[in-house]
Amino acid sequence: MEILQQLTFIERGIVAGLIIGLICPLLGAFLLVRRITIITEALSHITLTGITAGVFISQTMTWLAFINPLYTGLIFSLVGSILIEKLRHAYKSFQELAVPIILSSGIGLSAILIGLSSGSTVEWYSYLFGSLVTVSLSDLYFTMATGFIAFIIIFAFYKEWLSISFDQEFAKTSGIKVNRLNFFFSLLIALVISMSMKVVGILLVGAMVTLPVAASIQIAKSFRQVVILGIIFGEVAMIAGILFSYYFNIATGGMVVVTGVVILLLTSLIKRLGLVSSTVA
Amino acid sequence: MTKESQAQPALEIKNLSFSYGKQNVLEDIHFTVPQGSFLGLMGPNGSGKSTLIKCILGLLTPKEGSIKLFGKPIHQFHDWNKIGFVSQKANSFNSGFPATVFEVVSMGLYGKVGLFRFLTKKHKLQVREAIKQVGMEDFIHQNIGQLSGGQQQRVFIARALVSEPELLILDEPTVGVDAKSVQNFYNMLKRLNKERGMTLILVTHDIGAMTEYITDVACLNKCLHFHGNKEEFELQQEDMMSSLYGHDVRVITHNHDHHDHDHTHDHDHDGSGH
Repeated sequence: MEILQQLTFIERGIVAGLIIGLICPLLGAFLLVRRITIITEALSHITLTGITAGVFISQTMTWLAFINPLYTGLIFSLVGSILIEKLRHAYKSFQELAVPIILSSGIGLSAILIGLSSGSTVEWYSYLFGSLVTVSLSDLYFTMATGFIAFIIIFAFYKEWLSISFDQEFAKTSGIKVNRLNFFFSLLIALVISMSMKVVGILLVGAMVTLPVAASIQIAKSFRQVVILGIIFGEVAMIAGILFSYYFNIATGGMVVVTGVVILLLTSLIKRLGLVSSTVA
Repeated sequence: MTKESQAQPALEIKNLSFSYGKQNVLEDIHFTVPQGSFLGLMGPNGSGKSTLIKCILGLLTPKEGSIKLFGKPIHQFHDWNKIGFVSQKANSFNSGFPATVFEVVSMGLYGKVGLFRFLTKKHKLQVREAIKQVGMEDFIHQNIGQLSGGQQQRVFIARALVSEPELLILDEPTVGVDAKSVQNFYNMLKRLNKERGMTLILVTHDIGAMTEYITDVACLNKCLHFHGNKEEFELQQEDMMSSLYGHDVRVITHNHDHHDHDHTHDHDHDGSGH
């Protein structure tokens, strides 16, 4: 803990970035094979509502001023992920409806709360697009704690989730408790979103979850490779993005995402040139 | 106690009924599958075969009646490793799914291994063994989506076999598989049944092609129209098929004088055959 307190803001950002670069692609790999990466968009916007609520509360109720808006963001994110599951059940034949419903509700509520509170444009800008300079020590603790819990959850359920993603019916018959594990999966998405938003920014969290695995699946032959390459790409995008944003003084999230897109383009190029031997028999 | 449980039938169903809403799909089903037998379960489309299988697997809860697996009522049965399942829809997975043959077959062990744990060396050996058994060892690191329908089917059998089940349930496993692979596939089932004493339940449209492998037959169309051993079935085969399908049907093993015009009187319900 002593060491953490001595970190400069750029070092804090890099530590947070390393955690995000590890966890986001791990989650992304499962979202990818379940074809629900879009859920991250809905959850990030409901997380924004939580953050605006946190800012509003700490401004209007001075006795609650100690609240870090990340905490309220996490709470909204968790509630949002449970609501999405409920909506997906309610609209069984139109499951994708859950995403726009939660997303637009999230933005609507955020707009109202932003209007009511007196945060500066700069402050909102940093929440939306991510900012390195504003990562405080308490933000870093938050990222470390949520990242640790997320990692434990993934470690516990990795193989069960893989089986469920491939064939839910078979997973059930092999004795896997599918409903319970799906619930934990919703919790995990919420955790990862709120973990990443301070550095990457709310609007760009989805990209961090999606881009590394979108790149890795182009050249991976197994799920394991999707995960491992995804983590490598995620870490490269995070670190390169943070360093670029530091030296050129531009939005961190933007730079991270641009690096991610460049990696994606490179992997498509590699695939197209056939540099990776095809697995076709 | 253990001796008793060995003598228990693999599956015992008593007056089972199931309905989706108000529509009865299964009515008063009664039958027993002794250990070591090979049951062919047949019936027309929409006869409730898949629903029955889902009840047996605990995926659906029946309205009435009881199901016992190895002597245990299904709601108390936790030993799902003893049951292997190959679904009709197994081939309809997302063909871009990034999983190798090894990874897919490993999934057959995941329910058994437990949370927070990964496959041990012994497990991995088991996976390789199962892949070998279905003759797919040359494809072990290939992507599952790039295999042919017949090869994929064999991989799914391996996934069901890897946990060494005592009862293997296959729901129309040969749909979309070419004729030659189907033959190999049936031979493999026969070996599992004869050599390993595995109990098999095979749901199929095409009982004719199966008669040389199976030991028992059950005919389902909402109710159970017939249940008995193969010899009994062959005696009443034609009558059985007509009453089951509501019109003359070709039975492939007896098709010396079959004519195409049979299809023109589809609604001949008298069931007398031709």
